[in-house]
Amino acid sequence: MTTTYREAIKQAIRDALNRDERVFLMGEDVGRYGGCYAVTKGLLEEFGEARIRDTPLSESAFVGAGIGAAMAGLRPIVEIMTVNFSLLALDQIVNNAATIPHMSGGQFAVPLVIRMATGAGRQLAAQHSHSLEGWYAHIPGLKIVAPATLEDARGMLWSALEDPNPVLIFEQVNLYNMEAELAADAGAVPLCGAAVRRAGRDLSLVTYGASLHKSLVAAQLLATEGIEAEVIDLRSLRPLDDATIMASLARTRRILVVDEGWRSGGISAEICARVAEQGFYDLDAPPARLCGVEVPIPYPKHLEDAAIPQVETIHAAALELVRPSGRST
Amino acid sequence: MPSLGADMEKGKVVEWLKKPGDPIARGDVVAVVETQKGAFEIEAFEAGILGEILVPVGVEAPVGAVLARIDGPGAAPRPAMAAPAPPRPAIQPVASPPPRPAQIATGRPRISPAAARRAIELGVDTRGLSGSGPGGAIAIADVEAAARKPAAPQPSAPPTGTPGPRRGFDPAAMRQAIATAMARSKREIPHYYLSLPIDMGIASEWLAAENARRDVERRLLPAALLLKAVALALRAVPELNGFWVEGAPRLSPSIHVGWAIALRGGGLMAPAIHDADRLTLDQAMAALRDLTTRARVARVRGSEMMDPTVTVTSLGERGADSVFGVIYPPQLAIVGFGAPRITALPVGDAIRPRPVVQATLAADHRASDGALGSRLLATIDRHLQRPESL
Repeated sequence: MTTTYREAIKQAIRDALNRDERVFLMGEDVGRYGGCYAVTKGLLEEFGEARIRDTPLSESAFVGAGIGAAMAGLRPIVEIMTVNFSLLALDQIVNNAATIPHMSGGQFAVPLVIRMATGAGRQLAAQHSHSLEGWYAHIPGLKIVAPATLEDARGMLWSALEDPNPVLIFEQVNLYNMEAELAADAGAVPLCGAAVRRAGRDLSLVTYGASLHKSLVAAQLLATEGIEAEVIDLRSLRPLDDATIMASLARTRRILVVDEGWRSGGISAEICARVAEQGFYDLDAPPARLCGVEVPIPYPKHLEDAAIPQVETIHAAALELVRPSGRST
Repeated sequence: MPSLGADMEKGKVVEWLKKPGDPIARGDVVAVVETQKGAFEIEAFEAGILGEILVPVGVEAPVGAVLARIDGPGAAPRPAMAAPAPPRPAIQPVASPPPRPAQIATGRPRISPAAARRAIELGVDTRGLSGSGPGGAIAIADVEAAARKPAAPQPSAPPTGTPGPRRGFDPAAMRQAIATAMARSKREIPHYYLSLPIDMGIASEWLAAENARRDVERRLLPAALLLKAVALALRAVPELNGFWVEGAPRLSPSIHVGWAIALRGGGLMAPAIHDADRLTLDQAMAALRDLTTRARVARVRGSEMMDPTVTVTSLGERGADSVFGVIYPPQLAIVGFGAPRITALPVGDAIRPRPVVQATLAADHRASDGALGSRLLATIDRHLQRPESL
């Protein structure tokens, strides 16, 4: 059946609420308003105020409440409107959620799931459009996933609720309206492990989130020019699936990381470092990155588009890696 | 064809490191020329684009002959002449950009890690290969293409470190070249000889203290002090720095010290350490190390053979007490240092054991006299008593 990414998430939430009475959802405007991206529209009527809870405008408070609920045995799904706002809850996420299982010697699990929107492309300007998931991937104790397909949007939530660790799910804002086929019996999928979305022999495009779809289009363009790009969807940024990346590199010997996040200290830097550490002797060209331009994401459409990887820039960067035009590095 | 010594009449091109159409920077090594004294790297004197090669590999040309043309910057690159390009590997479909040299200024080839590993597996010598990868680096495809060509007569590359000896090094020919130059020197140059024992106690102590503070690879050898002391002394006594040309001395404003290096297979060369008086001790040490390493694998550049304005020969720890050198024509002087010996030396009212080095000078009496030569040795001595100021 054809449906949207937004609808796949709603199905996943509904399924979790039906399967396990310990599951509940809370966040700003998730109830009466139906969620700022309309993901939870209708769920309040369906499940009632006890399980679909509108919270005050205090990320620190409701994330903290979620941590407490998870420690006490519930299975909270916390929605934060956008990753930029999650910074107000950094103390709860980094100092509490990520550390309590360790500091309690395993006595407390924190089976908390936090969903949030991330990324640019909706003209929401610099305070609503950043891609900070790479930052969170720095923190031991957290799991960081980024579903890019309907199957993953539908299937990662239940696996995240089952996981005893706090899991952050990053939903790129441009994906909500994406339509695709989703099997009627679609269910849980593993949280970790990268997926090869397109096989190729000439270079590996390593990416996640909305950049996956741009990379797949770029790969089609490259194919018309005789270049077969392998496209890897990371799915999980923490843990990273080193084995899949290195196996792809061993086939293609060239790697281009495509990441909407900023270059300096980003997840792309981590991937390139691991490639240098583990795949050095497979490299036939320096590991390359195409990242977000290092500016606060601009509001005007043309500048916003220019600030993040696009099909044309991915295509050009890939071409430069496989068939250098002669410009010296 | 540059003159790599007064006695050279011709040379044979044994390797071109650039191809027509390649960009050339001033100082780039463009070719290797074989002479009686071995093979030398020839540098470009001008920047531009390498045009036509006029003397191909294997052909001898007299000194002064034009080896190749360098077109001015901005000139359109010419299509490659010479051999047709090797077949492109299948993995590179459609049109490829022209191959670019994989050498950068350091002379170290840019090569991808995967290509380097493949080259070892296939036994391919990557020196001189053109690179098709990013930045002109040698990629796997280049290595595999080279492996498909008929076996080149080159030895396979050593895995790491200094490149192996050049082809074309012939100890017998070098002996002949030394014989010619030294016979000419003794036939034409009226040498006079001076010697002065130099107390190296202060210098040795200073060196020991300095080296104690340094990493092993940054330690200084006494040779660096000797080199610097001679170069500075020649500033004070410039009459001994230069050449005897057409019946008159022609002094040199620059001080390029030819450092005599004994080669392991027998023979000797004295390539230049340029502007030695302006080097720091660290730079002097680095230059000595670099030159010695390259001389022993016959990778000395043509300009280094042409440029020395004076020669220094130091016998080192295990040598004889003193050396009275033979001037390398048309230079004006050669300074020698014997091995350091512990010698009883009067210091104030007492006799003390001190490390002493015999410094000697052989100079051309047509250009200078003993008083001037004495001043040079005394100035060297004075510098070595203040090693911290070298």
